[in-house]
Amino acid sequence: MSSTLTIAPAPHVRGGDTVAQIMWHVVIALLPACGFAIYLFGLAGLVTITAAAASCLVAERLLRRTGASTLADGSALVTGVIYGLTLPPGLPVWMIAAGGVIAIAIGKLLFGGLGYNAFNPALVGRVFLQAAFPTAMTTWLSPLGPDRFTQLPASTLAVPLARSDVGIDAFVGATPLGRLKFDAMDTPLSDLALGLTTGSTGETSAVLLLAGGLYLVARRIANWRIPVAICGTAALVTGLLHVADPAAYPDPRFMLLSGGLMLGAWFMATDPVASPVTRSGAWVYGIVIGLLIVVIRLWSGQPEGVMYAILLGNAVSPHIDRWLQPVPLGRRVRDVGRVP
Amino acid sequence: MSRLLPTFRHGIVPPPNKEATRGAAIRQFPFAPELIVPLLQHAGNAAVPVVREGDTVVRGQLLGSADGDFSVPVHAPASGRVRRIERVAIASGQMVPGIRLEPFPASTQEVLEATPCPLESATPDEIIAAVQQAGIVGLGGAAFPTHRKLRVPANRSVELLIINGAECEPYLTTDYRVMLEQPGDIVLGVRFLLRATGAVRAVLAVEDPCRDAADAVMAEGAGVTALSAQVLRTKYPQGAEKLLIKVLMGRDVPHGGLPIDVGALCVNVATAAEIGRLLPHGRGIQERVVTIAGPGVREPGNYRIPIGTPLRFALFHVGIRGNLSRVFIGGPMMGQTVANLDVPITKGASGFVAFTEEQTALEPAVYPCIHCGRCVEACPLFLNPCQLGILARQGEIARMRDAHNLADCFECGACAYVCPSNIPLVQEFRAAKAALLRQERAT
Repeated sequence: MSSTLTIAPAPHVRGGDTVAQIMWHVVIALLPACGFAIYLFGLAGLVTITAAAASCLVAERLLRRTGASTLADGSALVTGVIYGLTLPPGLPVWMIAAGGVIAIAIGKLLFGGLGYNAFNPALVGRVFLQAAFPTAMTTWLSPLGPDRFTQLPASTLAVPLARSDVGIDAFVGATPLGRLKFDAMDTPLSDLALGLTTGSTGETSAVLLLAGGLYLVARRIANWRIPVAICGTAALVTGLLHVADPAAYPDPRFMLLSGGLMLGAWFMATDPVASPVTRSGAWVYGIVIGLLIVVIRLWSGQPEGVMYAILLGNAVSPHIDRWLQPVPLGRRVRDVGRVP
Repeated sequence: MSRLLPTFRHGIVPPPNKEATRGAAIRQFPFAPELIVPLLQHAGNAAVPVVREGDTVVRGQLLGSADGDFSVPVHAPASGRVRRIERVAIASGQMVPGIRLEPFPASTQEVLEATPCPLESATPDEIIAAVQQAGIVGLGGAAFPTHRKLRVPANRSVELLIINGAECEPYLTTDYRVMLEQPGDIVLGVRFLLRATGAVRAVLAVEDPCRDAADAVMAEGAGVTALSAQVLRTKYPQGAEKLLIKVLMGRDVPHGGLPIDVGALCVNVATAAEIGRLLPHGRGIQERVVTIAGPGVREPGNYRIPIGTPLRFALFHVGIRGNLSRVFIGGPMMGQTVANLDVPITKGASGFVAFTEEQTALEPAVYPCIHCGRCVEACPLFLNPCQLGILARQGEIARMRDAHNLADCFECGACAYVCPSNIPLVQEFRAAKAALLRQERAT
């Protein structure tokens, strides 16, 4: 009884995950895709993911000038891993590092750090690279190369800002989306689902990404309405177009399984910070992103549109939140109208 | 099976922690050497003392009479001597007028009876007056004078009298034990209430684990055809009256309105039991059933404790385990911590819980809000705690009130419970409400 009683506000009990636990669950959910990336691209995959994560962690540690280290909340690691998975395998390490610093510095810390970023930081890093190094960002390593576990592509360790035309023979032409857009060539759906194709480091295996996404949904970390709305909208719109003109428009299954759609829908659009908080808001946000993906993929000059679609979705998210506020109990005309 | 039972939307399911006291039958508490009886134990005006220092009083005798209609009288919890009439500290930290009473150890402590209120012949107005005279207030925690609720406005009628047995706060089991052990009092209380309000139907609402208690009451009330029971799915904060009305009647209490506006009237089951126990004898409240629980308590249980018993005495009586670090009156979701143990148990205290350093050592780190929306999914009133919290931290309290219905929040704590960033949302909302009140007073 000698102890002191403290005054504290209720509630005196807490439930559910903390922010740090949520972030670690996201990392766990990404592990299958990371493992598959290393299987598919060997050392190049490993180096890409590691360099991306390391650059984000270092940037978060060094660029936060005030307060305690925020590495323990796990958010910089999540950004780093997701960022790494969106990059072409074998991208020069110095470019990866530059993009990682941009992701954390401009995408996150300039807005105020965790919880304040308007856009998904990983995509901010990637969109910078896309604009600054378009050639490197669209040069794709062929999957399952025979020397992938023993040799790094020469470009990986390229000197910053030097001409990077070395080792180009290790690369093949285009991703499935690029082949469709520029060469009107199909890729077998089974290869797409399993991920045995060219593409960004961690975007290829739709099945493993879906498994990770479902893990997050089961743990109530990702709002399932967002990926369902994105996939549903993309499939529905593409499906209608495909039925109308099968020659001009791809199969909706191709639309879902190719490119960064699965990675984006389950892991990036669901970033809570830059997505709406209400159920109805999540639906609208997902539908907006799904529509934008279809529009950019089918009618723009680029084969892939997931990144831009999500960033634009992030931009409208605060407005969706403003429009779709929950209606409090006792203020609903319908139910109050039932008063005798 | 239990998932199919009716409940409200949103809300949370915290661990109930009721195992330690559920099976503990109500035990009578001894008298402390000094009882601190506040004259303000209810919402409204403090009672006016009708005794003087040095007076000898009998248990059940009037100590303070009601000051107007928005007030209830206070009765002596023990036979003894009035030591002091002065301002006393209560659990909230406020100082209110009160009476320090020294019980006579050798007294038989027989309870004084006044004019009984017979169920069969009393008019509704007589019952309502008797309810006030007995000092009855909502025993669920709000301590709102019950007689004020029972007076139905001329243009309204009570379609459904809700007897609230949905004891949704973790740890607390007083309502459960009262239902099991005093079913006769409850049924009689319900009959008084039906007569006083002119209600056609009464329903006893309990959560799934208290099914057996509802059965006990229904067995006793087999002759009262107007009374039925409804078992609800366990969820917090089901016992909030707006939510019970929503679940049982499908109606929203309109903003700024009262339950009676939708034909509902909610009375806590322990309050009903007290009406049935006291009115036939013309007695007033001198004691109440309290759950004492928590990891810091050696003998958790349900006790019938004289009003005015200091927490310190009560805790020593049941035994302390470990180093107490936090004691709160009520449950862990809405309970108010006390700064010291020399405050009394009052009519509104349905329980108190003691935590030790073990439970409070790890104060969780607070992170920035990540907009996860868990609070939005938890809020039973469909407010937006996420947005309210952001505005609170920006000092935008007027917008919290005008655009986000801050006033509707009844501080159930569901948002703060689920917040992964451990943001003290309820605290922020209370501070904003207090600041708005100060602004209004200043203008």
